[in-house]
Amino acid sequence: MTADSRDVTRLSALEASRQVGTGELDPTDLFDAYRGRAAVDDLNAFTWVADGPPAPVAGTPLGGVPLGVKDLFCTQSVPSQAGSRILEGYRPPYTATVVDRLAAAGAPLLGKTNQDEFAMGSSNENSAFGPVLNPWDHGRVPGGSSGGSAAAVAAGLVPWALGTDTGGSIRQPAALCGIVGLKPTYGAVSRYGMIAFASSLDQAGPFARDVTDTALLFRHMVGDRDCCDSTSVDYPTRIDLPTARRLDGIRLGVPAELAGDGIEPGVLAAFEDTLDLARSLGATVAACRLPHAPHALSAYYVIAPAECSSNLARFDGVRFGMRAPESTDLISMYTQTRHDGFGPEVKRRIMLGTYALSSGYYDAYYGRAQRVRTKISDDFRAVFDDFDFVVTPTSPTVAFELGAKTGDPLSMYLNDFCTVPMSLAGIPAISIPNGLARPPAGGDELPTGFQIAGPAFSENRILAAAHALEQELGFDSTRVRP
Amino acid sequence: MTPVDLEPVIGLEIHVQLLTRTKMFCSCALSFGEPPNTRTCPVCLGLPGSLPVVNERSIHLGLMIGMALGSELAPRSIFHRKNYFYPDLPKGYQISQYDEPLCLGGDLDGVRIHRVHLEEDAAKLTHAGSTGRIQGSSRSVVDFNRGGTPLAEIVTEPDIRTAEQASDWLKLLRATLRRLGVSNVNMDEGSLRCDANISVRPVGTTTLGTKTELKNMNSFRFIERGINAEIARQREVIESGGKIVQETLHFDPATDRITSLRSKEEAHDYRYFPDPDLIPVAITPRMLDDARAAMPELPAARAARFEAGLGLTADTAHQLAFRGELGDYFEAGLVHTGHAQQLAIWVTGELVRHLGDADPASSPLQPAGLAALVDLIAAGRVTRTAAKDVLAELVLKGGDPVAVIAALGVGAIDDSDQLAGIVATVVDANPDAAEKIRAGNRKAIGAIIGQVMRETKGRADGSEITRLVLDRLGVGD
Amino acid sequence: MIDRADVLHVARLARLDLTEAEVTQMTGELAKVLDHIARIGELDLDGVPPTSHVVDLGNALRPDVPRPSLDPEVALASAPAVADGGFAVPSPQA
Ligand SMILES: [Mg+2]
Ligand SMILES: [Zn+2]
Repeated sequence: MTADSRDVTRLSALEASRQVGTGELDPTDLFDAYRGRAAVDDLNAFTWVADGPPAPVAGTPLGGVPLGVKDLFCTQSVPSQAGSRILEGYRPPYTATVVDRLAAAGAPLLGKTNQDEFAMGSSNENSAFGPVLNPWDHGRVPGGSSGGSAAAVAAGLVPWALGTDTGGSIRQPAALCGIVGLKPTYGAVSRYGMIAFASSLDQAGPFARDVTDTALLFRHMVGDRDCCDSTSVDYPTRIDLPTARRLDGIRLGVPAELAGDGIEPGVLAAFEDTLDLARSLGATVAACRLPHAPHALSAYYVIAPAECSSNLARFDGVRFGMRAPESTDLISMYTQTRHDGFGPEVKRRIMLGTYALSSGYYDAYYGRAQRVRTKISDDFRAVFDDFDFVVTPTSPTVAFELGAKTGDPLSMYLNDFCTVPMSLAGIPAISIPNGLARPPAGGDELPTGFQIAGPAFSENRILAAAHALEQELGFDSTRVRP
Repeated sequence: MTPVDLEPVIGLEIHVQLLTRTKMFCSCALSFGEPPNTRTCPVCLGLPGSLPVVNERSIHLGLMIGMALGSELAPRSIFHRKNYFYPDLPKGYQISQYDEPLCLGGDLDGVRIHRVHLEEDAAKLTHAGSTGRIQGSSRSVVDFNRGGTPLAEIVTEPDIRTAEQASDWLKLLRATLRRLGVSNVNMDEGSLRCDANISVRPVGTTTLGTKTELKNMNSFRFIERGINAEIARQREVIESGGKIVQETLHFDPATDRITSLRSKEEAHDYRYFPDPDLIPVAITPRMLDDARAAMPELPAARAARFEAGLGLTADTAHQLAFRGELGDYFEAGLVHTGHAQQLAIWVTGELVRHLGDADPASSPLQPAGLAALVDLIAAGRVTRTAAKDVLAELVLKGGDPVAVIAALGVGAIDDSDQLAGIVATVVDANPDAAEKIRAGNRKAIGAIIGQVMRETKGRADGSEITRLVLDRLGVGD
Repeated sequence: MIDRADVLHVARLARLDLTEAEVTQMTGELAKVLDHIARIGELDLDGVPPTSHVVDLGNALRPDVPRPSLDPEVALASAPAVADGGFAVPSPQA
């Protein structure tokens, strides 16, 4: 029972933190209200929920608004399993930098959220701890790999959450669950303590119900570079809370390569409606070209598996995690542990990546993929000479049914084609709710996402544009709550 | 097959633990015999989510090594991952350098350097439940204290032709690295480790034969013996019509036997690729200036200076230069005396005879004291013979050479009348020798001198005795 | 095109035990994905430099200053097997 008779979980995170600041809201009540909802989670969104509220800390900017954290962020003494059997029950001796920073800013850990194993997947069906269900339709996937975070925010089990995006793992589940998700510029957020999938692509980012909360959480994720992460950078500016309501003078580029073929008609129609809306807010909309984008998926499915095959070599049954009980000799300790501990998708990518790096194939695969990456960055650079943003549908489909694509890895991979190019270029992109669309086979309408991508470190401008569209779109992100 | 003369071709790969305070990629202090697993953190344990950050001091020391070896210092170098599984390798890959190392090329005393790169050391794997040998134990235990210690790997071109040359050259390298202060370079403790790539080829040909890599030679003696054993093995294989197989070999110093180290199942494919967790190291002018400013005079240059500038023999100059602490002692003494050659002889001779491998800096006999003793010898105040006893006393207890000479009563007899008296007595007691000398047989004087020395307990100067003997006998000089 | 032998070789490199059925399935799946990926072979990439880091970064070096290490109990806490203060593994040569 909360002392507050209001439903405080309907407050935005910004409003909740403001009320904590003025004394209208007790942060312990707020935490307990969310904890109560998370504890009865029927979406399998959480893999761990805090026992009770943390000791309140006065005077923090975020005021104690609780945070959901994707399971692959290390949290000291709290299970951090990255959706994998091989890390079942693993409690690390340290906490990821970004989680520490957010806790210090007043966003304490409410729970760890379910995910595709080691962030490999687009449906959250690759979790050793079971699939996450989409709050809009429990027979459908929430997207992945940060599906637990997205579903938990959409269902109001937590006001905001951390995810990670390697090829779309924040943006796509945000789209499929009808919330906001931001993939920041590569290097903006520390990766220290984030269990790596593909080091040169992984970025942590925020999920929230609206653009303003997204900006607020993101503000406290960036700042001075983390000296424990060689690839992290000083964020050049402070993150503003967006106020824009117009798009006057903003030039939106629509790449035919990412906004035509392969997009479900309902998703495409919603996307085009929003382009009209943008025009009505003062934006200009024109076609642009990303000529190498059709090769982005190929490059991605070389680079990411190659890096993952090496990053996952440390799961060897020696220092942490599981070891196959029957291993008596060293080789079988490795091979059995890794056979039993990794799921099929992880094994597939380790195999693919090992193959791509192996003797005689490096130049044809990894070497070429790194060159394609250069071309894709060049494509974006050229587009941003003429446009402020590139806009696309976030995901070519609405949420699909559980099991629909598990038998065909390639079709699952192809699902990422709108989000992967930005990951390869390391540029920021946001997905905002873009209304609802009916699935091709009929049934209830489901959320779609609108993606806005900009040059490196353009997050403030992206958030401003997203805010202007959001105000006009008027999507109610609390409507699927149980 | 007709026997042909086969010539060995040898290249060395040397791993040197760098003398930083912390590990290569994390802030754990380096370990020197601490209890197991007391110097670890998420990074050097390879825990999920941890990330490496390069220790700037390792780059500084690497640049100094490159400068000492005359290498080209890469303006930009890259860390790669070398992927393989082993329990002493926590991440399943070693962070090393591959095609863009810190230093390229170079030369030390006629042996060309191929490259110098930086990497991280493996952890220590102890084979429990046995005598410590690998064979026969069923369980091993990993201690990650050493894991992540910065290493410089120095690779030579195959310019070495004999085991002895390999060992001598490695001694020069060790002296050079010790002089740089970049490492303890101690083979017993593993801060200097050497592998050899060995092949043989018919004399007069230039193509390289198939090479083997010989590991585990943890002393200079073993290096010579190991290389010689492998050369002998290869000669035997070829002379009996066989072929050398490229493999990694293990030298057992107890038996002088060479065994193959890797099991056949092990396919080598390290799948090198640039470590995406690290960014390229860009060498700035400031880093180069800092390294240059830290460079001491190196042994080879120092030996040349001693030889050419001070007139020391090549041998003495090398002894002083290659044991830098002797050179330092010598140069400290040189401030106090002009007799450089004599001082050098006393340092490398008597002083080393007493101190062995100990650092003379900590001897009670300070450089100024030895310099004073050398001056006293030159001034005829003490004879060479007596000075050896004085030095023995000074090395033991220190003090002022003049006082020690007095206390031991070994000062040279500088009273000519007193010495003339002794000479007279000895000459008179040896009429036969006296007669021979008068007859022109100068050799006969030796017996007289010897006896006078005995009478004076070595306190008299030989040439002075000769003068007095001839004087006594009325023979002109 | 990737075949059974390649899959077995790669599985050995990756220290992954695969069942007979997994080898067969993996061979088919990887072949399909590699076939798609092979399209990057069609691009003319002569003279194009590879990108390993998307953001231009200066040096990221760390001062050589020690920080506290983990307590050994903490370091060993998650180990599947411990002996003599270390991480126990089957001997490499057993
Ligand atoms: Mg090496
Ligand atoms: Zn460490």
